[in-house]
Amino acid sequence: MFFLDHAWLVPLIPAVSFVIILFFGKRMPRGGAEVGIAAVGASFVLACGTLVQWINRVRDADNAHGLGAAIGAIGRSVGRLGAEGSAAQVLPVVHHVTWFENAGVKLTVGVQIDGLAAIVMFVVTLVSLLVHVYSLEYMRGDRRFTHFYAALSLFTASMLLLVVADNTLQMLVGWELVGLCSFMLIGHWWEEKPNSDAALKAFLTTRTGDIGLLVGVVMSYWLVERATGHGSFNILAVNQAAASSSVGHTLVMWTALAFLLAIIGKSGQFPLHTWLPDAMAGPTPVSALIHAATMVVAGVYLGARLYPIFWHGLSIGTPGHGGLNAMAVIGGITVIIGAALAFVQDDIKKVLAYSTISQLGYMVMALGVGAWTAAVFHLFTHAFFKADLFLGAGSVSHSGSHHSFDMKKDMGGLKKYMPQTFWTFAIGTLALAGIFPLAGFWSKDEILVNAGHNGYQAFVIVGLVGAFMTAAYMTRCVYLTFFGEYRGGAEHSEEHELADDDAHMALVGHDAGHDADHDKHIPGFGAHADDGHGHGPHESNRLLTGPLWVLSFFAVFAGLLNAPGILKFEKWFQPRVAFVDVNPAKFSVILAIVSVVIALLGIGASYAYYWLGAGPQRLTERNAMARAGKHLLVMKYYLDVLYTDIIVGSLKGAIANGVYWVNQNVIDNVLNYAGKGAIGLGKFTYEYIDQRGVDGVVNGLANVTGEAGGELRKVQTGRLQFYALILVLAVGLFALALWIFT
Amino acid sequence: MVAENVFFGIIAAAMAISALGVVSTKNVVHAALYLVIVLAGGAAQFLLLGQEFVAWVQVLVYIGAVIVLFLFGIMLTRAPMHPGETLGNDLRWPAAAAALFLAAILGSLFVKTWHGQKLHLESPVRTSEITNAVFRVYIIPFEIVGVLLLGALIGAVVLARRD
Amino acid sequence: MLLNQFLLLSAFLFCTGIYGVLTRKHTVLVLMSIELMLAAVNINLVAFGALHNSPTDPGRVIGQVFALFVLTIAAAEVGVGLAIVLLIYRNSHSADLDDAHALKG
Repeated sequence: MFFLDHAWLVPLIPAVSFVIILFFGKRMPRGGAEVGIAAVGASFVLACGTLVQWINRVRDADNAHGLGAAIGAIGRSVGRLGAEGSAAQVLPVVHHVTWFENAGVKLTVGVQIDGLAAIVMFVVTLVSLLVHVYSLEYMRGDRRFTHFYAALSLFTASMLLLVVADNTLQMLVGWELVGLCSFMLIGHWWEEKPNSDAALKAFLTTRTGDIGLLVGVVMSYWLVERATGHGSFNILAVNQAAASSSVGHTLVMWTALAFLLAIIGKSGQFPLHTWLPDAMAGPTPVSALIHAATMVVAGVYLGARLYPIFWHGLSIGTPGHGGLNAMAVIGGITVIIGAALAFVQDDIKKVLAYSTISQLGYMVMALGVGAWTAAVFHLFTHAFFKADLFLGAGSVSHSGSHHSFDMKKDMGGLKKYMPQTFWTFAIGTLALAGIFPLAGFWSKDEILVNAGHNGYQAFVIVGLVGAFMTAAYMTRCVYLTFFGEYRGGAEHSEEHELADDDAHMALVGHDAGHDADHDKHIPGFGAHADDGHGHGPHESNRLLTGPLWVLSFFAVFAGLLNAPGILKFEKWFQPRVAFVDVNPAKFSVILAIVSVVIALLGIGASYAYYWLGAGPQRLTERNAMARAGKHLLVMKYYLDVLYTDIIVGSLKGAIANGVYWVNQNVIDNVLNYAGKGAIGLGKFTYEYIDQRGVDGVVNGLANVTGEAGGELRKVQTGRLQFYALILVLAVGLFALALWIFT
Repeated sequence: MVAENVFFGIIAAAMAISALGVVSTKNVVHAALYLVIVLAGGAAQFLLLGQEFVAWVQVLVYIGAVIVLFLFGIMLTRAPMHPGETLGNDLRWPAAAAALFLAAILGSLFVKTWHGQKLHLESPVRTSEITNAVFRVYIIPFEIVGVLLLGALIGAVVLARRD
Repeated sequence: MLLNQFLLLSAFLFCTGIYGVLTRKHTVLVLMSIELMLAAVNINLVAFGALHNSPTDPGRVIGQVFALFVLTIAAAEVGVGLAIVLLIYRNSHSADLDDAHALKG
């Protein structure tokens, strides 16, 4: 049980590598990349070991259970029966340390390894490793190469910290850290303002969702307290408390809704999905790792981890009101709007971003209809083919379109120049579209069949429509990129003959001018000359294509893990403890055929439109309504307008102005008038009290004294007889006094 | 005893009128002469009281020397010897009031204290008694007065000399 | 004879002298008034001295002796006073007291 017991190494090693790269990376020969790759490689090995050992653990438990033996091993007991025969209770492996304790509240940091954690760890480390390798070539010569690798390591460590977390507080920490890394990496080329704007937008939008996470974490603590009388952040405890009957349903529902808000923010669901397309301003490896395979699935992971809360809070198991609940509805809406927006994008990365939004919608929808295994399975397969597609796009831009991502302007006809990229991209597309027998087919189909089985028929329709649209827009993307005439090269070929760096710099500047619209993510390449290849579109380096093939392999074969008859995914990875009574559906051949047909129809429609030129070409130029519809899509349903201009703008404008007015006129006036009052008081004091009052008294005294002196002076007549008179009078008075008083 | 009282009354009346004359006459020389009468009357009163020595000393010194001195002074300061000078300065009424006030006090004091006190004059005081007293008991004041006279003499000479 | 009659006489003379001192303009006349006052005092003293008239009373001669001294001093004072008057007259050619107001404040 080495790997299971030492699973805490998996997040630790990339964290250490982050520190090393940060401090020493610049001095290393490869700029810190070797440390990063070694660390993530080590984590990947450990994750594989963990996965294997977990699977063994489950198989042993099941075998022992099937034999009816009750030999004391780690947590074996007769568990509930699942729908598929005997399944023993297999406890997750938990190790933690208490880092803070006060008044009975214990805060721990630790690992909880069960199937979900193991499989997601595997995915994260694998994709991260491939991205590390890919970035060696892609980010070669970048202005902040070392910093990039440091951030990649930190991200890997944070994501793994989130995945292995055994308590909600640790999940929160990991969640925020990955948000931070996303911010750092999206804004990797922050010198260009659109990049830093995109980074801020991503961070702030997910932050809005994080309110929900914070509220949910706190509420889950109270859930546990209601259930057991003693609060805790432990995930197992939280899950058990959600199912407990001594907790009111309303509390669980609000907790679920709070967590749902977090999922909406982080996993790009409607209405907080607007940050994901803008996040494409970051380097392509970042987009592949963070915004396709791993970070955006953190929300889905949260949903899977704390599933009992959602199950009981949103009453997923018992669909009423025509089969709707908040989670499924949001997921469903996201599927459709993401797919619709992908149709009008000219930037290949944005197509993939909207596709990611749509697929995340599938995952959330799956969770919402009670298809837990399907959701996690889709997460698993989606990581591979989406990362494959993103890295393929990066390869295209790196070697085929002079670092541009604009399909319409700079790509086209690249199939003959970049065959490996083309085939891996095509495999990824087919997987995404859900064509049998690639991975996407199995996972998407499982979602649909479970939706129908659990009573959410409406979402089956949603899923099928989404599948059609997915196939269509991906085919469009493939066509615009790899087929047709090469649009990016002609006017540049003369300049390519000048083989000196100055022209290359001018070329880069030319490309910068070339991207007139929002795709301003051209890396500041310092030295491009050491590629040692010609200047037309060409196939990419092995460092770029290698990861592509690995991912394609998984895109092809990963789906078989949960194919009917094999179905290992469910058996191995569905939690056995503190879980809910999901009722997985059996494989439906009819639905499978229907979904494949619909996907093929989508491909066919695009093929007809683009290859054959059939159908309503240039519709938007002729039809005003079509134009309006396309405009709506191009403006992204005006959601950005709503958020930025209306909500933020009114806050910035009206409320901020109002607050500013209050500040200037009321608050400052308080101060001003206090100051004026003090001055006035001072003046008053000076003039009246000091000048007239005090000085008046003093002056008055002096005057009185002077006057008295003046008057008394008159006694000094200088006349002798007058003095004598006074004398005589005085004598007389004294005599009188003496006489009277004696 | 009636004779003494009569004499006393006559001399006292003369003195009073002369005193008033001293303070109110316009003629300076007349004032001096009035003063002579007052002083002489005083000497007579001394005799009536049986104090002979001082009576004759008063005549000798006061009338004989002091009045002469006054007359010299009047002469030397060319005081107007004829009427023309006003009766007094502007302090007349306050001065009169003050004087009357004092007189009232003194008078009532005397009357109250020595009402009915009689003087028993058995024998006049002999000169030898006085000299005995002066040269024995009061020798020191006598010497001092001598020095004082010397000082006054020298002072007067110093003050009045022409230089 | 009553003591009081002498005392009242001397009081009258004294107050007359005061009136004269305060009123008279000519300095010599003021001096004369002072003399008047002194004479009154003398009478007063001698009258009191006559109270103690028994032969064994040591106060028998006190009145006279005192009056003697007063007399002497009066004489000295007149001398000096007249010298001062002469000096004033020489300096300001006037013996008017009202003109001697150099100490006027």
